[in-house]
Amino acid sequence: MAKSKIKSNFKIKNHLNYILIGVVLVITFIMNSIGELGRLDRSTLVRISFSIILAVSLNLVVGFLGELSLGHAGFMCVGAYLGGYFVNVFSGFIDSPLLVYVISIMIGGLISAFFGLVIGIPALRLKGDYLAIATLAFGEIVRNIFKNIKFFGASQGLETKIYPEKEFFIITLITVIVVLILCQNLIRSKHGRAVTAIRDNEIAAKSMGINVTFYKLFIFIIAAFFAGVAGVIYAQCIGQVKQESFSYNYSIEILVMVVLGGMGSINGSIIAATIITYLNILLQNELSGPLASVKLVVYAIILIFAILFNNAPAFNNLKNKLSLKGNRKKSKEKDDEAEWNRIDTKIKMDEMLSYDLPNDDDVNSYSNSKEDN
Amino acid sequence: MAEYMLETKNLGISFGGLKAVQELNLKIKKKELYGLVGPNGAGKTTVFNIITGVYKPTTGTFLLDGEELKGKKEEVINHKGIARTFQNIRLFNNMSVIRNVMVGLHNQPEFRCDPFTSMFRLPKHFSSEKEMREKAKEILRIFNLEEERNNLACNLPYGKQRKLEIARALATNPKLLLLDEPAAGMNPSETQELMDTIRFVRDEFDMTILLIEHDMKLVSGICEEVTVLNFGQELAQGKTSDVLNNPEVIKAYLGD
Repeated sequence: MAKSKIKSNFKIKNHLNYILIGVVLVITFIMNSIGELGRLDRSTLVRISFSIILAVSLNLVVGFLGELSLGHAGFMCVGAYLGGYFVNVFSGFIDSPLLVYVISIMIGGLISAFFGLVIGIPALRLKGDYLAIATLAFGEIVRNIFKNIKFFGASQGLETKIYPEKEFFIITLITVIVVLILCQNLIRSKHGRAVTAIRDNEIAAKSMGINVTFYKLFIFIIAAFFAGVAGVIYAQCIGQVKQESFSYNYSIEILVMVVLGGMGSINGSIIAATIITYLNILLQNELSGPLASVKLVVYAIILIFAILFNNAPAFNNLKNKLSLKGNRKKSKEKDDEAEWNRIDTKIKMDEMLSYDLPNDDDVNSYSNSKEDN
Repeated sequence: MAEYMLETKNLGISFGGLKAVQELNLKIKKKELYGLVGPNGAGKTTVFNIITGVYKPTTGTFLLDGEELKGKKEEVINHKGIARTFQNIRLFNNMSVIRNVMVGLHNQPEFRCDPFTSMFRLPKHFSSEKEMREKAKEILRIFNLEEERNNLACNLPYGKQRKLEIARALATNPKLLLLDEPAAGMNPSETQELMDTIRFVRDEFDMTILLIEHDMKLVSGICEEVTVLNFGQELAQGKTSDVLNNPEVIKAYLGD
């Protein structure tokens, strides 16, 4: 009975992100079947898929749990090597490539999650910068271990079997939708509430009887699992798993996606992951030879502008002038020099969590009260 | 069942050479309203922090309803039945009022629902979420906060934030409620309202309440017994009216 009541309150707004990806999926499918999609476009879509999975899973740790992890590429590395290895093994005796894909993402994800558990138990005792350093070290260690294992091709990297059909992007986009549904369901539940409570005020959360250690570890493991899944997709897309690709630069790149999209915003992560991945491929094709290093500069400029655009008083003035809604803000606030010190990195959780109050008639009163401030 | 809801035996803690609390022996009966008073820096909040597991006592022990809780973690102590509020309000500011209370309900056995049930949205998730929301509304109704349930906690006026903190602590279904300066920063009419609320909570939920307070009107108004702390030591203990007229206590508060 409860279920039917919730269903009647199904709001498109709350499910916009995966419905949108479903639309993209249908459009690209049609374009592909009439032959509009080239080989490069298809591989771009796959790259965007695993970037979205990476960004969303890192957002669980950085945005929702509020812990800085710089080892996400390390978990992806584990998934890519081991998942890639199992792809090679299973495709020997299983005919259906889809079945091989599903089994290997599960195995890659689970092994990666196990690494998450092993790293998480000691590392999550650390706070803030120390956790960042520990996870950073983990990422580098993992990559160097794989570099020295002959079994995985040592410095040559592991040759993996590329997904044999052209329509790989359809399967990866479906995977993205599944990952998004799972992440969003987790965040929009009592467990998501507990996690945001820990981020808001850890001492109060403890005194409310919330098992802080459990939830930190749980979110860390879930994020590692999805990073492993992304790694397997990577292995099946590129066909050659090399440890250089998972250097800490890549961890930072994922972090940039999360920060650019807004910490604690799943939709933001999706958009930022798409833009950055696309830009990356675009710049790689346009800038070759000595100009290749310009790519990193372009990155930095984008990030600086994104931060400025959101926080600098001058930009805020410009935004207010340009937008009709801008008049709402008091002029006093705009000139406030101290605004710089109040850079808001955490978005209001209620917008994310609004799903779990579906049958309240006066949900709007929240948004009203927000405008009053 | 033990005679006392909370009993501390020679409870003490020292930070380096500083003895913050020494040989504290509290005996709080069931359904009692007990006050813990003393000048600033006497160690009252430290006592709360020991009882809720934030600090581990260096000497002595404490028992809740006959069960020794010394050395347990904060969340375990909360599960055993001690809930608290904070001197400087610690609400989950970026969450709405009702969700603050729902965090308090998190560990109640009737709303148990493991993370994977929520991730895959099994029917159990929907039923437990719905029941949780109903229960949270019920608690908010008691505190007259139902109207504001969808506002952010940080947008509430000060007095209501205090009330919400008590409501959130009650949601964890404790046996013993610790209130750390509940009337701090309140005007007289708000204090009066708070006194009624505290009495109501005790009668309605059969709660044992231990509170720290500087407002002597509140203490003498509602507390049946008090203990006075001074420099971490027990100065006086007994019926409220007797203790507050004790010349030693007056001297500790006002000086010679």
